[in-house]
Amino acid sequence: MTDSAAPIDAATAPSGRAERLPTRVYLYVSLTILAAIIVIPLLTTALGGFKTLGELRGNPFGLPSQWQWSNYGDILFSQRYWLQMGNSLLIAGLTVFLTLAFSAMAAFTFAHVKFFGSGFLLNYFLIGLMFPAATAILPLFIRIRDLGLLDTYWGVVLPQVAFGLGMSILLFRNFFRNLPSELFDAAFVDGAGYIRFFWRITLPLSRPIIATVGIISFVGSWNSYILPLIMLNSESKYPWPLGIMVYRGEFSTDWQLILAFITLTILPTVIVFFAAQKHIIAGLTAGAVK
Amino acid sequence: MSQTSTIDDVPVRATSARHVRRKSNRVRGTLPVLVLFLPPALLVFTVFVILPMGEAAWYSFYNWNGYGLPTEWIGTKNYEIIFRNGAFRQALINNGLIIAVSILIQIPLALWIATMVTHRIKGAVAFRLLFFLPYVLADVAAGMIWRFVYDGQFGLVAGIFNAFGMNAPFWLADKQVAFYAVLGVIVWKYFGFHMMLFVAGLQGVDKSVLEAADIDGATGWQKFYRVTLPMLGSTVRLSVFFAVIGSLQLFDMIMPLTGGGPSNSTQTLVTFLYSFGVMRMQVGFGSAVGVVLFVICVVLAFSYKRIFMKND
Repeated sequence: MTDSAAPIDAATAPSGRAERLPTRVYLYVSLTILAAIIVIPLLTTALGGFKTLGELRGNPFGLPSQWQWSNYGDILFSQRYWLQMGNSLLIAGLTVFLTLAFSAMAAFTFAHVKFFGSGFLLNYFLIGLMFPAATAILPLFIRIRDLGLLDTYWGVVLPQVAFGLGMSILLFRNFFRNLPSELFDAAFVDGAGYIRFFWRITLPLSRPIIATVGIISFVGSWNSYILPLIMLNSESKYPWPLGIMVYRGEFSTDWQLILAFITLTILPTVIVFFAAQKHIIAGLTAGAVK
Repeated sequence: MSQTSTIDDVPVRATSARHVRRKSNRVRGTLPVLVLFLPPALLVFTVFVILPMGEAAWYSFYNWNGYGLPTEWIGTKNYEIIFRNGAFRQALINNGLIIAVSILIQIPLALWIATMVTHRIKGAVAFRLLFFLPYVLADVAAGMIWRFVYDGQFGLVAGIFNAFGMNAPFWLADKQVAFYAVLGVIVWKYFGFHMMLFVAGLQGVDKSVLEAADIDGATGWQKFYRVTLPMLGSTVRLSVFFAVIGSLQLFDMIMPLTGGGPSNSTQTLVTFLYSFGVMRMQVGFGSAVGVVLFVICVVLAFSYKRIFMKND
């Protein structure tokens, strides 16, 4: 692996010569079958939310005979849906902000400031890449409890930030190191110190890597389940992955309501994914080719 | 990797950067930047990652319910219990199975699909996006969707069986088949990520070599097997690495699907830690499970990198 963080550009159309007819038929047939395997579970989930339970039993695949808009309407007009979305957004927002701030600053010192122990410290952070948060979940719970952060947003945010630091610092450092060195010469001749240099020159040039790290940490936090599950007790603070589990527990066999709820909770993800696909794919695969 | 060549590879620039870094010793303000920029990350990381991991090792020698201080030292008893526990052994086997399926089914599948969506056809990009979509969805949501799909009363599987006039099975409630059903969902959810890695790898394959093979009369399969695949070596090794690490963390998706049941047949290491350590507030025992998981992660990651990725 090289030391750079050039993003994967997998959302651009391939180039080269056009394919012959038999090849095209083979491609389209196989791809369509595969696409169906991806889409059918998602589509039946969304459509199932418009059915009655009775119809779901007889006709899980087709269009609903009568569209039950109220399944979706009741959820959309309920407080819990918006509360959970808000909680998730708040937790993810705080996580992204702190991850960006802490890791960009630390990475800047690793990339540009020469100091005793810098290599050792960088490796110290990289230990965090080697194991998942789950391995230390019980001591983490006790620590959060002893700090009085149990059942607060911070109890989820701080561990998430901590476990994201290794990867974020690595991505930031590699990007900072590859900025043209002439900038430093110029800035330092002009008498700028490190901190001014960081604010005025490094950060404005770092938009792509800020987007990448931000996306990784946002998606991770938005989808995360185990940390909020262990740190939060009151339902009013639950992010949506926890909320969905509670909802299922409450309406255990009313599948039509659960399906509507699932659809509404994954809808933001799907919309954002298709709106910003290039950035999201490049971001989520950037950690892989670091 | 070939597609990620950067300024760093150019020797002239690299030396001048080093020059600046040597000079920067004398730039004023080294101390303020260190004092301001390092401590936030260092503090959060130490308090919430390193110390808990160390504490896990410490707690694992105690029988402790989490209240007061751990006082009841029981030596390595927690570890002995873990390795005699049938559910834990099942979890180990299951994690092994996930790795096997990832390597033998998921990665070849992802590679095959990647070769298809890098052909120059209309809609190739749309197919890529669609295949990547499950990876972006939350594990919990994917697990919930598939719980519905597999449901023997209302789900899609039920619909298919009923259409043929058969009684629908409850796969997730059958301990013989539940884990295979889970494996199916894992492939569905994660193949898109590996496909994207391969798409990037394929874009880095030198077209002129393929054209040369064309002129020599190589068939499509020969071109793939003799030219493309060897050039994808580093991507394959990376892909396997992520499959292994990912499998060890699997938790979120299992919970809505089966919660580890029926009769512990679908436990993974992390769901085992959750059901036996967290749910019962057995801090000592759960910490010991965490330590075992940690050791497995580190040993696998290190030896894999040492053996297979030393040239990448």
